[in-house]
Amino acid sequence: MSEANKPSYNRRDFLRHGVWGACLAGVAGTGAILASKSRRQKYVWQVDPYKCIACNNCATFCVLQESAVKCIHAYAMCGYCDLCTGYYRPEPKALDTAAENQLCPRGAIKRTYVEDPYFEYTIDETKCNGCGKCVKGCGSFGNGSLFLQIRHDRCVNCNQCAIATACPTGAIRRISADNPYLLKDRQ
Amino acid sequence: MKRQMMLCLLLVLALCASAWGVQRFGPPQFESGHQLPQMTTPAPRAAVWDWIDTTVLFAALCAASWLTLKKRDRRRILGLMIFSLLYFGFWRRGCVCPVGSIGNVALAAADSGYAIPFVVAAFFLMPLIFTLFFGRSFCGAVCPLGAIQDLFVIRPLRVPGPIEAALRLFAYLYLAAAVVMAATGTLFLICRYDPFVTFFRFNGNWDGWALGVSFLAISIFIARPYCRFLCPYGVILRNLSRLSKWRVTITPDECIHCRLCEDVCPFGAIAEPVKELPVAEYAKNKRRLILFTALVPILAVGGGWLGWMAYPVLAKSAEVADPSRPLGAKMAIAAGVFVGLAAAGKLILSVIHRRQDDYEARRADCLACGRCFAYCPREQARREKCKNQNAKIKMTHQNVK
Repeated sequence: MSEANKPSYNRRDFLRHGVWGACLAGVAGTGAILASKSRRQKYVWQVDPYKCIACNNCATFCVLQESAVKCIHAYAMCGYCDLCTGYYRPEPKALDTAAENQLCPRGAIKRTYVEDPYFEYTIDETKCNGCGKCVKGCGSFGNGSLFLQIRHDRCVNCNQCAIATACPTGAIRRISADNPYLLKDRQ
Repeated sequence: MKRQMMLCLLLVLALCASAWGVQRFGPPQFESGHQLPQMTTPAPRAAVWDWIDTTVLFAALCAASWLTLKKRDRRRILGLMIFSLLYFGFWRRGCVCPVGSIGNVALAAADSGYAIPFVVAAFFLMPLIFTLFFGRSFCGAVCPLGAIQDLFVIRPLRVPGPIEAALRLFAYLYLAAAVVMAATGTLFLICRYDPFVTFFRFNGNWDGWALGVSFLAISIFIARPYCRFLCPYGVILRNLSRLSKWRVTITPDECIHCRLCEDVCPFGAIAEPVKELPVAEYAKNKRRLILFTALVPILAVGGGWLGWMAYPVLAKSAEVADPSRPLGAKMAIAAGVFVGLAAAGKLILSVIHRRQDDYEARRADCLACGRCFAYCPREQARREKCKNQNAKIKMTHQNVK
């Protein structure tokens, strides 16, 4: 067939356009399905402190080198104890704030004297690695006022939280970004 | 005996107390009027940023398509590439990205309880639509993963065609594995092993750094290895771009067969002219085509068998991660069949020759980086002509004044 006789619209073109249209329809269809499923609502990951068993996974499984999970303190629940079991190891060598007596491996808990017999414990988040040793200590013998939370100024909100997959009690879940913390409160 | 009973009772009480979170120590009675400090709760990123990201992606896709198809200007494409790297990479810390969004889409398809965020759906769909119209402009100048590798293309070596095609099977395998794992809630494979996210966040474990550094090191010699041999989103884009309405053209008018573009393309994406095959060769190709077509069901079954072999391992990890959504054997086999069919498709495409008169960028392989434009003598001539014309217009303007 010479150039002049070639039909301007041949079978190959027809096929090509047909498949192209089908692909576009497919993408549009996927879009429609996703749109019907999607929600404007934004989600963030958070630790449910009542399910958390402070297993140390938060410190090691986060994709960030320094975990986005930190210990936070519900001061309203705290007994302000002198002998804080979240602060001291169960059998301290001597009753002082020396590092060997502290439970926290990073020295992230600051103990300040308020008045006799009360002491206030504050967390230095730049030092905390989210290991949850203090959470365990406070929960076992104290009021459980120390608990772990994902800090949203650090969390990169991964598609699938690496800690959530590793969490043995399923304590990490997606919650609404409007209310992004699951805080403990005096009951 | 009684004491023991009492002890037991006390223990049970203590356990109950811990289970209910009852206060063991009463609240402090401060005499000094000490105020309790406030708990701080830093807010997550505002939702308005999602809209900004979506708008920036749309604008970047428009700009990339315009620059590659209309302006044909590598320098500005490079500029856009660096902008995308800075914005989607370092500023947004590599998240949200269309490549990883495959996982969300798979999860949304499998789990009716999962509501895919609007921005993720938009990031998944927009590059697909653009590719159907303008080819892989997303890969060229918008994808931060592509951009960071592109900056390291220094001494690209040519990878022989069959090896390239064989290596590309990894991308199909990766896509199949990523979809299966995301759908069963095992793992977002693509996001977890994103090679450059560690750089983008400037934070991560040593394996993340090692992965990123090795990909960049390979990139010096084998241009954009992730895009070509692993990227699962690239698999979708390359097959959609085969049908794209418009495409990257190397020369603005006619090809003079100087082969300069072939030398400069680091991805080996430029196809030589193909004449009518000699009769003997044609007959050989025909026999091969028949053979490969006959191989299609065999490869599909073989892929399915591989999927079946991988099933116990995949199912176990899916079970560990999320017991509520176990992996069905059907799904693993389907994933295997998909990879088998991809291999068969590659074999068939390798023996199909279409007559082609000029040097052309293969649609599927062309990453729209724009390197070839400036090397084409015809393009040089066109630019010279434009420049002269502009100068002439300027002159006449001055004369009128």
